[in-house]
Amino acid sequence: MTTVTSQNKAARLSDSLDAQALLGMLSQMMAIRRFEERCAQSYQQAKIGGFCHLYIGQEAVAVGSVAGLQPGDPIITSYRDHGHALARGMHPNYAMAELFGKVTGCSKGKGGSMHFFDKPRHMYGGHAIVGGQCPLGVGLAFAIQYLKEPKVCACFLGDGALNQGAFHESMNLAAIWNLPIIFVVENNSYSMGTHIARGTAGAEDLSVKATAYGMRFARCDGMDVLAVYDCFKGLGDAIRSGQSGPVFVDCQTYRYKGHSMSDPQKYRTKDEVTTFEERDPINRLVNSLVESGRATQEQVDELDNQAKRQALDAVKYANESPEPDVQEEMFTDVYSQPYGPYKLGQLPIMLTDSEEGQST
Amino acid sequence: MTAMRQIQYREALNEAMCEEMVRDERVFLMGEEVAEYNGAYKVSQGMLDQFGARRVVDSPISETGFSGLGIGAAMYGLRPIIEFMSWSFCLVAADQIINNAPKMLYMSGGQFPVPIVFRGNNGAGGQLGSTHSWSVESMFASVPGLKMAIPSTPYDAKGLLKTAIRDDDPVFFLESERLLGFRGPVPPPEEDFTIPFGQADVKLPGSDCTVVALGRPVHFALQAAVELAKEGIFCEVIDPRTVRPLDIDTIVASVRKTNYLVIVDQTWPFASVAAEIAMQVYERAMDDLDNKIVRVNNEDVPAPYNRAMEQEMLPNVRKICEAVRAVTYAA
Repeated sequence: MTTVTSQNKAARLSDSLDAQALLGMLSQMMAIRRFEERCAQSYQQAKIGGFCHLYIGQEAVAVGSVAGLQPGDPIITSYRDHGHALARGMHPNYAMAELFGKVTGCSKGKGGSMHFFDKPRHMYGGHAIVGGQCPLGVGLAFAIQYLKEPKVCACFLGDGALNQGAFHESMNLAAIWNLPIIFVVENNSYSMGTHIARGTAGAEDLSVKATAYGMRFARCDGMDVLAVYDCFKGLGDAIRSGQSGPVFVDCQTYRYKGHSMSDPQKYRTKDEVTTFEERDPINRLVNSLVESGRATQEQVDELDNQAKRQALDAVKYANESPEPDVQEEMFTDVYSQPYGPYKLGQLPIMLTDSEEGQST
Repeated sequence: MTAMRQIQYREALNEAMCEEMVRDERVFLMGEEVAEYNGAYKVSQGMLDQFGARRVVDSPISETGFSGLGIGAAMYGLRPIIEFMSWSFCLVAADQIINNAPKMLYMSGGQFPVPIVFRGNNGAGGQLGSTHSWSVESMFASVPGLKMAIPSTPYDAKGLLKTAIRDDDPVFFLESERLLGFRGPVPPPEEDFTIPFGQADVKLPGSDCTVVALGRPVHFALQAAVELAKEGIFCEVIDPRTVRPLDIDTIVASVRKTNYLVIVDQTWPFASVAAEIAMQVYERAMDDLDNKIVRVNNEDVPAPYNRAMEQEMLPNVRKICEAVRAVTYAA
């Protein structure tokens, strides 16, 4: 086992990022934050149904990791998937339309909050059974290795998934076959309302999970987008060049909101939430940029205003989008080679839209 | 057409996989003991030597892990064949095979097809006790998004498996351990033949009673037909071969001719494939039936170990004969 820590090193990989790249990451985190705030509002207005899990507080993990990887690297995640889709570049309109169940959504209104997919951006889905995405992620990595492609799969999971058999089988398979995969635990300390210390053996030091499978381990501060970037840039390049096998990463982060929209959060104190909000990843990057003179407060404010406008526009787009033709759409996309009552469907508008669909 | 060869059911499966792997570099086989051991039941005999360890992959005993791996690889564009040593062992992978594989295309709005074949032994093997004697067709056939084939002969095994591997949707391919050594005519390798899904096969034409059977019980039905013919009752034995899609039209056409129907099904009766076929026939041909439909299912108990009890728990020739006599008023 090798432990990689990105902190306290003289030179960091993120040191070479220019102001434009840093502002890009800031802009993405802001876009996710404002998008999620509009989600909460729309959920309360009953525009969004089902379960809705917000990413607020964890933005640095998706943004930093995606920035550190290559755009063609496949990513796959759990049901808390809005942030990953947006970080990968899914237009918020298609994301919000999906939440509204509209035919213009990324999954044509048939997936919902927990099932975002974006094929052109190599986003292999939000998956709603805890840990169920881990074997799929291993399959993506297997395919990369099979096809001898210089890619790395990032498989995101929550700390709750650490206790599922699917996770452990996946770690074992990745290790015995030396697959190009990074298992990313977005460790927000809670699987729904159960603190990690109550549900996970070895919770105080998750490196033991990697050790058990003879796998490389890394830990990074998931509240610091540059620390996440450093970690993933280093690991991604190491795996791609054959210098590293699979890696298990503990990204320590925090969700400010409940597990889902219906969570009264009686399992934690307001003080605990406040403590983490004081380490907010967006503020942290803003302060760093402004203090070092790489951006002005005005620039930062304008980015945030853009994010707010974009989120509001997404709500407008989703609201104004048509409902699916129920009888027509119900029976499409069940089979690729359909029979009987089933039909081939149109591709999601996201894919057919030439401006948004084909860029990677 | 060149002359048919007599080959075993397991050889037919092996040929189907080998031919498709030669044809398409994206196809690979993964499962427990498929490579170095040459297959727990020798279905993959010689494949490691022919294709190498990259494409014939021994997995550890991790059904959730390797079936999910196959689904992820299929989403990426490969065409995996995932072997379950027994379909009884697929139950620990239920989330992957029935929650992920058949729903991915729909949940992704058509973005991610899952061209995968899950295959292996289905049905009671021979005194293996209840945990190892699963027939999974009734349980899984109700899930939209998957296709299901249940070959009963070497010919069907080869033709259907080749179709399954070329299909862009997840296919549950249910083989029979008890039939692996069964020989039958199969076209020569140079003849690239496939059998389309959704086409039933009339295994034996007859005029007096339609008997529908799937998988191993097809042979029981054919034996029963021989017995019944001695009594002057001529059965038409129909093997639907695939359950999804189900060729109900061929069954209904036969019922319109014979006016009687017995359905043989190696699963429990409640909410079974037999129950579904019966309902679909009632919906389409109620007025053509001269008696109620009779089902010969497994008895509604876990599979017992005791040999005599196990034989009596499963559909068998005697039960089918009794059912046909009863339904045709010849009892």
